[in-house]
Amino acid sequence: MYWNSLAEFLAMGKHGVYVWGSVGVMAALMVLEPVLVIKGQRGLVARLRRQFRAENAEKTSRQEKR
Amino acid sequence: MLKLVLAIIRRDLRLALRRRADLVSALFFFIIVVSLFPLGVGPEPELLRKLAPGVLWVAALLATMLSLPRLFADDHRDGTLEQLALTPQPFALVVLGKLLAHWLVSGLPLALLAPVLGLQFGLSGDALWVLCLSLLIGTPALSGIGAIGAALTLGVRGGGVLLSLLVLPLYIPVLIFGAGAVDATLTGLGAQAHLSLLGALALGGVFFAPWPTAAALRIALE
Amino acid sequence: MSNKHINWFRFASPQAFYPLAGKMIPWFWALAAIFGVAGLYVGFLVAPTDAQQGEGYRIIFLHVPASWMSMFIYLVMAFWAGLGLAFNFRLSGMMATALAPTGALFAFLSLWTGALWGKPMWGAWWVWDARLTSELILLFLYVGFIALQSAIDDPRRADKAGAILALVGVVNVPIIYFSVKWWNTLHQGSSVNLAKSSMAAVMLWGMLLCALACWMYAIAVALMRVRTIILERERHTDWVRAELIQPADEV
Repeated sequence: MYWNSLAEFLAMGKHGVYVWGSVGVMAALMVLEPVLVIKGQRGLVARLRRQFRAENAEKTSRQEKR
Repeated sequence: MLKLVLAIIRRDLRLALRRRADLVSALFFFIIVVSLFPLGVGPEPELLRKLAPGVLWVAALLATMLSLPRLFADDHRDGTLEQLALTPQPFALVVLGKLLAHWLVSGLPLALLAPVLGLQFGLSGDALWVLCLSLLIGTPALSGIGAIGAALTLGVRGGGVLLSLLVLPLYIPVLIFGAGAVDATLTGLGAQAHLSLLGALALGGVFFAPWPTAAALRIALE
Repeated sequence: MSNKHINWFRFASPQAFYPLAGKMIPWFWALAAIFGVAGLYVGFLVAPTDAQQGEGYRIIFLHVPASWMSMFIYLVMAFWAGLGLAFNFRLSGMMATALAPTGALFAFLSLWTGALWGKPMWGAWWVWDARLTSELILLFLYVGFIALQSAIDDPRRADKAGAILALVGVVNVPIIYFSVKWWNTLHQGSSVNLAKSSMAAVMLWGMLLCALACWMYAIAVALMRVRTIILERERHTDWVRAELIQPADEV
């Protein structure tokens, strides 16, 4: 271990902004990306389910008419 | 094989010359874009002389981009492209012919016009000659690489801008060696190396591009 | 006597791959987390301060893995796309489409971390050195691929067109890199050398672990994305219907 205190760790020898700016953006985007993929998946699934339900309902109503 | 290529060149030239307005407007675009730079950065001669190779080459790239969509779109619209794809001859040869014809009506005029514009930037005689030469050698590569892009985006939404997005990054090596050749002449280093590499890119571009282009056209025609 | 041979080609069908991918995803996330923690531990807590660059150099533990991944993903993307073009494997093309945004993300992160590294070290947010400029061009290539596929409505045509573009791109990347290097050395504007000339073993380990973390992450996200793509493309099939229909939907 290498740092004498948390304050030193965060300061990164006066380069703190740059180092944590990099870590921060990288972490944020690497969280955002999968979140967006999951949202996309859920949206698609919801849309398809609505579509299937509508098709099912139409099919059964047509069957009942016969 | 050569006969096929020549026949295609002759046909495309004839068609292009019927629409002279398109060719001339591309040249005027070149002139206008080149003139924008001094208006943007100021008329100081030293600065303009340094900027000239890059500015002229970038303007040439953009003017070429403008003429690319037309490469296959007209033939596609009236069904000729489909007919050409169905002939027993290799489609890639047809593409090569169209590519060379495109160079004759777009790259070649640019190369001949550029030295005149170079005078506006205070380029020396040597540099003007190298400028012309670099464009003569480099623009076939632009036609080749551009053909790939034109084929990929044939009939696709957002055509022209999408085409630029795809093709401009691939143009960068040609730009580097082309503008670099003129720059090297200005600094007295000699343009030999640049022009040789440019030549290699041109040969590669012209002779390898027809294959992916033909493949992309077939996909577009399906 | 059960047949112990798995027919791997079975998984070339989207229907078979969908559940397989679903099972693999958590494992890759776990691996990403493990490698990530290990890599950051080594990079931020174990590796010593650099003599010339102070603490700011630690950004390389993010910048270098991002660069490596951006280039590696492009190769893998082009490989899958090419395979799909050559053998008509639909799943191959879907995988390439799934990888592209992640590759573009890493290219962007490489540029971002590169800028944040450059500013304290060399005083400028951006330097036109060979590596950063090539990385920028790689980002353009990714954007072009994504834009082309988005613009084409027919998925099969989009796959094939993207494959041609990716393959042309792969061939061009060395040419572009070489020409940019040439351009940079000739112009000698910034004699900046972003690569560390001598690297302590610890630093290499840190970069390697972080790179592995990024690789596992990329696979996890790509598998997640490809599942969405599979559902979208195969939405007219019975198996998708069966997969998604809930009991409440049945009338």
